Amino acid sequence: MLETMQRAMPVLRPPRRATVTRPEFLVGAGTCGLAAGADKVIAVLEEELAARHANAAIKRVGCMGLCKWEVMVDVWLPRRPRLSFGPINEKNAKRLVHEYLDNGTVPGDLLLGVTPGFETPPAELSGISEDEWLTAPVQPGPDELPAPARLPLLRDHPMMRRQLRIVLRNCGLIDPESLDEYLEHGGYAGLERALNQLTPEQVIDEVTVSGLRGRGGAGFPTGKKWALARQAKGSPKYVICNADEGDPGAFMDRSVLEGDPFRVLEGMTIAAYAIGASQGFIYVRAEYPLAVERLRKAIETAREYGLLGENILGTGFSFDIDLKIGAGAFVCGEETALIASVEGRRGMPRPRPPYPAERGVFGCPTNINNVETYANIPDIVVRGGRWFASIGTEKSKGTKVFALSGKVRWSGLIEVPMGTTIRDIVFEIGGGIEGDRQFKAVQMGGPSGGCLPASQLDTPVDYDSLVAAGAIMGSGGMVVMDDTTCMVDVARFFLNFTREESCGQCTPCREGIARLYNLLEEITHRPNPQKSGGDRAALLGEIESLARVIRDTSLCGLGQTAPSPVLSTLRYFRDEYLTHAVDARCPAGRCSDLLTYSIDEALCQGCAQCARACPSGAITGEKGKKYQINPEVCLRCALCLRVCNFGAVKAV
Amino acid sequence: MATVVTQVKSKPSIIVLLQEVQERYGYLPREEVARCAQEAGISVAQAYGVASFYNFFKLSKPGKYPIRVCSGTACHVQGGQALLERLRSELGIEPGETTPDGLFSLETVACLGACSMSPAMVVGNDVYGRVTTREIPRILMKYRRKR
Repeated sequence: MLETMQRAMPVLRPPRRATVTRPEFLVGAGTCGLAAGADKVIAVLEEELAARHANAAIKRVGCMGLCKWEVMVDVWLPRRPRLSFGPINEKNAKRLVHEYLDNGTVPGDLLLGVTPGFETPPAELSGISEDEWLTAPVQPGPDELPAPARLPLLRDHPMMRRQLRIVLRNCGLIDPESLDEYLEHGGYAGLERALNQLTPEQVIDEVTVSGLRGRGGAGFPTGKKWALARQAKGSPKYVICNADEGDPGAFMDRSVLEGDPFRVLEGMTIAAYAIGASQGFIYVRAEYPLAVERLRKAIETAREYGLLGENILGTGFSFDIDLKIGAGAFVCGEETALIASVEGRRGMPRPRPPYPAERGVFGCPTNINNVETYANIPDIVVRGGRWFASIGTEKSKGTKVFALSGKVRWSGLIEVPMGTTIRDIVFEIGGGIEGDRQFKAVQMGGPSGGCLPASQLDTPVDYDSLVAAGAIMGSGGMVVMDDTTCMVDVARFFLNFTREESCGQCTPCREGIARLYNLLEEITHRPNPQKSGGDRAALLGEIESLARVIRDTSLCGLGQTAPSPVLSTLRYFRDEYLTHAVDARCPAGRCSDLLTYSIDEALCQGCAQCARACPSGAITGEKGKKYQINPEVCLRCALCLRVCNFGAVKAV
Repeated sequence: MATVVTQVKSKPSIIVLLQEVQERYGYLPREEVARCAQEAGISVAQAYGVASFYNFFKLSKPGKYPIRVCSGTACHVQGGQALLERLRSELGIEPGETTPDGLFSLETVACLGACSMSPAMVVGNDVYGRVTTREIPRILMKYRRKR
């Protein structure tokens, strides 16, 4: 195949810009930035710049992952380093323009630091020393100490300094709709090298040597998967990107697609060259409208540049990508279900083998990888498998992206080398627990994963250690929980999710999860008085054995892993289950039916909101005076707790 | 193999057809589902089988301001369930239903991706983050006034 192939025409790569000729405002406008008000900030910036008749550009970039500081705005002035500011709102956006653009003074209270990747003074600007480059008059905020004259670097920020960014390298830095900017930052060098210097087998070798494993959660070696698809007989062959990110609490893939879509296209194109495919699909959720929009534009642009379509870069190699919009079914993350959905049917899994590498879409050999897996490929091809394998642990190589959220001080999108401990992620990168409460657990891997307690904080994130500890790597959701979180409630939450998302095809999953959910409902509600404490304690055994049966007998990954949240919480928080089942108490104060409600007279304003809301007439009192709850009549529905505007209703 | 591909391509995918209908109407009217089924060469029952399998498809007309409450893990941990309860009692409808005046419909979504602003909800196109239950009457009033 290679003999007949022409040498690739060089990609016209614009030189890396050292500085800008006119001021640029780069606003983080991913879904999360938009939720934080990026559009309003952009409107204010437009207004302010128009009022000054300033020759300046406003650009939308992806998400840098520092959610706490959204909306983030980078300001890049000529002959100045690019600086990141946040959180910016409508009010301080005006001040930012006034102080920095007009007066050249950096508002220190809004400054996060010099944008990563833009730290060193460019050679073209010789005459400016590094010291001078990084020095600027900084105006500290009202309550702050005078800022040092040297500008801080964002990569030294406590949330950034432990991170290593490969997949997220361009996210938040480049205009995701500009292929020129992707090229400027080294984009498509991987495809060029693959087409010019490597045979398909050599590409697969590089990926095998790199030790890259599937980032969708299961961790199958990517090189091996590609080799199987290459060897499989039949044509045409297909390449699919699984962007059906359905885990509640996960937004890694969305951020990559929104922030750096060309990286994914490049990774897929390299995969297509390696296995000999000519058609690719990206299966992306309809719930991600911005990601869909960005991908659609990116595919069109790549075609215009000759990086997709017939005769790519003049080599004779042809490959094109179509979007398949998913319609919201969690089970479609399972590869055989995804194939069914791509073919336009209900997304129901089928038994494997045959694996998709032999019989995939329309019965043809198909390679399926997740977004993050493909996003690693360009760097592996450019820098070599050995380089990638030098990062991480013995069996888990490279980095992993996590969506860190929950009761953590700084939530966000982070990327760390494999082997980083959970403690480092939660307490260093995440800044510890919100409100200085007690760490209780971290949930990893979503509905298929598990909860790890404080005793497991030193577990390194690698595929095997996490499984041994009772969780999984998963796709990268990491939700931190504190002492106000009830672990039985968390398990019930995930079961409710998998119960609704079960495709209903096999009995253990369809009936078993529903039954398991009912058992958890039973222990989170007041006991039937006819059941003794011993009967109730025995429920735990029943829960455990049913969970094992579902795990061992379900058809696909959804059912096999659905009991994991239950099994892992039972393993580490058995006492909490017992307290629910036997003592009918919820120590975290979450399970409303197990709580006792009362009104704190010191806080009660006598507004009668609670008495009006109470469906059982358990709340009595006189308007303007204090109200009381009669526990004999109370149904424990917690409505009073929710309607009280003064926090006077207490539940323990 | 090529014949398989042509066969599939000659009949449009029911999912794509239904997505087009939903984009036009905001939901799947009965007659349109029947038309799609015919176009895809399958029975109406099979078309409904696909439509009801995927969460994205709506079988009833959504309200003028659809309310989507995030039920992602981060929102759950931060008390998202209480938001849903409060909305249910304020609106008197269950998730998947529309208020009789056609103003609001209620649904839960797996994750809005606004985890740092949890608990979160979307009314129409407006995202609300760190919502407390006591803010809900005021938020709803805003849209009732707009009508």
